[in-house]
Amino acid sequence: MNPFTRFLFELQGVTDLFVRVVRGLTKKPRYFDEIIRQLDLIGVGSAGIVILTGFFTGGVLILQAYPTLQYYGAQSNAGQGVATSLIRELGPVLSALMVAGRVGSAISAELGSMVVSQQIEAMRALGTSPARKLVTPRLVALIIALPLLTVAADLFGLIGGGLVANLVYGLDTTVYVTSVRVGVSINDLLGGIFKPVVFGFIIGIVSCHKGLSTTGGTVGVGRSTTSAVVVSSVWVIIVDFFLSKILQQFFTGTMF
Amino acid sequence: MTPESSYNLNGNSTPAIEFRDVYLAFDDQVILEGVNFSVKRGETKLVLGGSGTGKSTVIKLILGLLRPDAGSVIVDGEDLSDFDDEDLRRIRKKIGMVFQEGALFDSLSVYENVAYRLTEEKVPADEIEHEVRRMLQFVDLEDAIDKMPAELSGGMRRRVGIARALVGNPSIVLFDEPTAGLDPPTARTICELAIKLRDLEEVSSIFVTHEMNNLEYLSSEYAIVDNNGNVHFEEDGEFLCMLNTGALMLKDGEIIFDGSDRALLAADDPYIRRFIRGK
Ligand SMILES: Nc1ncnc2c1ncn2[C@@H]1O[C@H](COP(=O)(O)OP(=O)(O)OP(=O)(O)O)[C@@H](O)[C@H]1O
Ligand SMILES: [Mg+2]
Repeated sequence: MNPFTRFLFELQGVTDLFVRVVRGLTKKPRYFDEIIRQLDLIGVGSAGIVILTGFFTGGVLILQAYPTLQYYGAQSNAGQGVATSLIRELGPVLSALMVAGRVGSAISAELGSMVVSQQIEAMRALGTSPARKLVTPRLVALIIALPLLTVAADLFGLIGGGLVANLVYGLDTTVYVTSVRVGVSINDLLGGIFKPVVFGFIIGIVSCHKGLSTTGGTVGVGRSTTSAVVVSSVWVIIVDFFLSKILQQFFTGTMF
Repeated sequence: MTPESSYNLNGNSTPAIEFRDVYLAFDDQVILEGVNFSVKRGETKLVLGGSGTGKSTVIKLILGLLRPDAGSVIVDGEDLSDFDDEDLRRIRKKIGMVFQEGALFDSLSVYENVAYRLTEEKVPADEIEHEVRRMLQFVDLEDAIDKMPAELSGGMRRRVGIARALVGNPSIVLFDEPTAGLDPPTARTICELAIKLRDLEEVSSIFVTHEMNNLEYLSSEYAIVDNNGNVHFEEDGEFLCMLNTGALMLKDGEIIFDGSDRALLAADDPYIRRFIRGK
């Protein structure tokens, strides 16, 4: 099968799964407990790595940018520099990539091994829809958790940036905070929260689809885990570009 | 359906399961090539056939886990052909399935596995507990109630699978090699279970097996309840006509035998003879 046909088949699979999930939303039973459980696993469980990533990213941004800013005499704008790049781009994208690696792989490995050990078939045989019981809670949890994680990453990034500015370059903290507050617009915040909603959806639907379409025993589980992470990460980065463009035009009010 | 026909066990009522000219192929490997058979209400149909002849596939078709390429699968008078997920779910509620490999949910304990169907249907917790304990007693696994599937032996897992399938009193039960790899007394217990379901609960079932003693038990014994409510197994004699068991053999995508166990044992087809005697 050539790559393009395969891509179309995958797209069909993802769309089909999505339709099942959406249809399932209107019907009972709804698995609220399962959503809470997944929120705990996905959200709380990923908080540590996402915060750590955010913190050091904020730090390194200042570390690298400060000398240049100083050269132009613009060091008082350091806060704005970190804040905009973190909130618009790095916070959402890096959190999404971390979550794709940690959660996407776990989801597709879990669902994949359920497929190869016939647990998915058993579930269907017992009258439960795997889309509703397994996919919806994970998808909903990711869509809720990723924006929250991103906000945490942004916050800790700003703190990291502030610390580095203060401790390494001796920038006054109030100058930094003022610059952050002046530099960040409401549009940046809205965009920075909207993106992770989309990324959460991408990671969830791709990983669930990869997991549920596992074939070929335990080797297949490894294969689908790898491709869940790779495919969702690549899509996050591609979609990020187009989302940035769309958000830019949306907020400035000029379409094309 | 008229009220009387639904309770007529041997007569001309709608069969519990019916295959009409079913074709199925995986890629270019043809598995079923025009399969026709039916399982009457209250009947147990033993399905025999070499490894890879499509026995598990037949069972998956009944549950709608697979769809035939052509032909129709009819369960309880309803043709599954153009059923959507919701209709299939309704049908599946009537069916208990014992998977060949057990297929227990390994993130759930034995208790939760057996309770699964009832939990999904939001049955009150104390009723679930009662039913789960009863089922586990039935398969003699009460002690394992709090264990996880990973802590069980293969045979124990199979029995938990049986308990899980029978919870909720399904009217059709599908056994996929339920005795493979079990010690003879446990295998015997499982056959007794199938006999009890057939004779006392009027369950229709498909029993896939390779083991000839399963065939012997199921086609020569029947269960009766005495005045004290105890279940006894009686060897057949003059009551042979009461035994509601048939056998069916698959080979190369077709049914090469469908009839009573006597006819099977007396068949002159060399393949069947070899299958039965192992040489
Ligand atoms: N998902 C699948 N994709 C491709 N081929 C399959 C699939 N499932 C089953 N088959 C093929 O279908 C044939 C029948 O399989 P099935 O599991 O029904 O056999 P079986 O009669 O139950 O065998 P056994 O006694 O070993 O359990 C086998 O040859 C198998 O290779
Ligand atoms: Mg099989």
